[in-house]
Amino acid sequence: MVKKLAERGYIFLILALMYAPIVMVIVFSFSNTTNFTFPDGFTLEAYKSLFTSAPAKLWDSLKNTVVIAVVSSVASTLIGSIAAVGIFNLKPRVRKVVENINQLPIINSEIVMAVSLMLFFSTFAFPQGYVRLIIGHISFCTPYVVLSVMPRLMQMDPNIYEAALDLGASPIKALFKVILPIIFPGIVSGFAMAFTISLDDFIITQLNKGASTGIDTLSTYLYSSLRNASGLRPLWLPVFSIIIVVVVAAVLIINLRSYKKVGTEKEKKNEKSR
Amino acid sequence: MKAKEFGKKLIGKVKHFRLTRSVFSYPYIIFMLIFVVTPLVIVLVNAFIYDGHFSFRNFGAFFTDASSLSVLATSLAVGVITTVLCFVIGYPVAYILSKWSSGSIIVVLIILPMWVNFLIRTYALQNIFEGIGIKLGMGTVIFGMVYNFIPYMIMPLHTTITNIDKCYAEAAQDLGANPVVTFLKTTLPLSMPGIISGITMVFIPTISAFAISELLSKNSIMLFGDSINLKFTNQLYGVGSVMSLLMLVLVLISNFIIGKINKGEAARNLW
Repeated sequence: MVKKLAERGYIFLILALMYAPIVMVIVFSFSNTTNFTFPDGFTLEAYKSLFTSAPAKLWDSLKNTVVIAVVSSVASTLIGSIAAVGIFNLKPRVRKVVENINQLPIINSEIVMAVSLMLFFSTFAFPQGYVRLIIGHISFCTPYVVLSVMPRLMQMDPNIYEAALDLGASPIKALFKVILPIIFPGIVSGFAMAFTISLDDFIITQLNKGASTGIDTLSTYLYSSLRNASGLRPLWLPVFSIIIVVVVAAVLIINLRSYKKVGTEKEKKNEKSR
Repeated sequence: MKAKEFGKKLIGKVKHFRLTRSVFSYPYIIFMLIFVVTPLVIVLVNAFIYDGHFSFRNFGAFFTDASSLSVLATSLAVGVITTVLCFVIGYPVAYILSKWSSGSIIVVLIILPMWVNFLIRTYALQNIFEGIGIKLGMGTVIFGMVYNFIPYMIMPLHTTITNIDKCYAEAAQDLGANPVVTFLKTTLPLSMPGIISGITMVFIPTISAFAISELLSKNSIMLFGDSINLKFTNQLYGVGSVMSLLMLVLVLISNFIIGKINKGEAARNLW
């Protein structure tokens, strides 16, 4: 009994520690300060200033973040899904090599990725700004798409595709009518992953944005504001709170949905076995 | 004559070229060769170029510079301490959760904060420390690292411990082992693959972490990742490349070890 209580207490303590900083940000977003105090009590001033006196740079960086994330995640999803079908059909030895190269951006430390891209772009004089950022984001997002489509292809019964061909479908038609519907869930989760990873990226963007272009995403703009001697402005806390609520809600919904699906699939199986 | 034969062969090859499905991978392979492999090769080349010539002077410059070496030593120390703390705190979490039916949902809850940008979380930590009056320094940097990377330890540990066959522990108990011996002789060795991947998943991001130590120590402590960035902002491409190369080698070695252990594990499961 005591052991059980101790175990519960320990897990609760860990969860509390993990969430404390996030909860503090949300609580103090209602104080209109940045030093985690309540001098004027509960107030919505900071939220109001977000709409009345927010610097244009904040909205610019938000726009940049979303544009880069949308463009690079759509491109990654296209390249990655098509590539997964191709890689799946490569000869085993070649496939092994390609899969290892695909692993590189995932296992490599971000700072090395960022630095190598920076050297590459300046060596070959790529145009500064969006081009470099979007190429960089595609190169580290696509491997995740490939990895989430691949298992779907492996689960697929190869006979289904053969059957479609035998029944007179052209290879292209069979690809769209048979393979695509089967791997579609993998494509969707790959897209979601690419989108969030691109949104969240800081290091690769920071090193490749180019100082002269003045392009900032939310994370690089936040970084430069954090290093600013005068400190953050209170309106950052509502920005953080909104980001936290959106992110946590999105991740929870996606996870709960997958739990429900697994649950109903299990129930179905049980019914069948009866 | 020879040219003609070669031409014929080439035509034969072109005729053999069909739109098989493996062709779909070619654009991506080309993309990866250009934008992932080539940049790393450029880093490699840069490490060996000094004043436009091939030389080992960049390596010499790095390994004889006291400040670079002290950054490396600090990073390794912070990495080891963070990894040990993550293991000591994280293993019980994974072990307890593996016994609960709601365990995997709680693992999701533990991972969830990681989706919030690390700059926001680090900023919040910094403010909390200043609010309670804890001086920013080595202690706060290590706390920040553990806070940031402990989910990477709990995730693989939870997966391996949940998949351990309960029979081993039961057999040990039936044969008269007490709970402590049972744990040390069955569960702990069987969770080795999770431990190894947890260790590398914490250690490598910690030493290459960028901006965390800077924000949590008021610029007083610099780690390897920050140092690589600084070298490149100061246009010291040669030494910066040497350091990136070191990092890359470390990543590849640890990945190789994980691969080996997982392979061994798969083989053992077969028997």
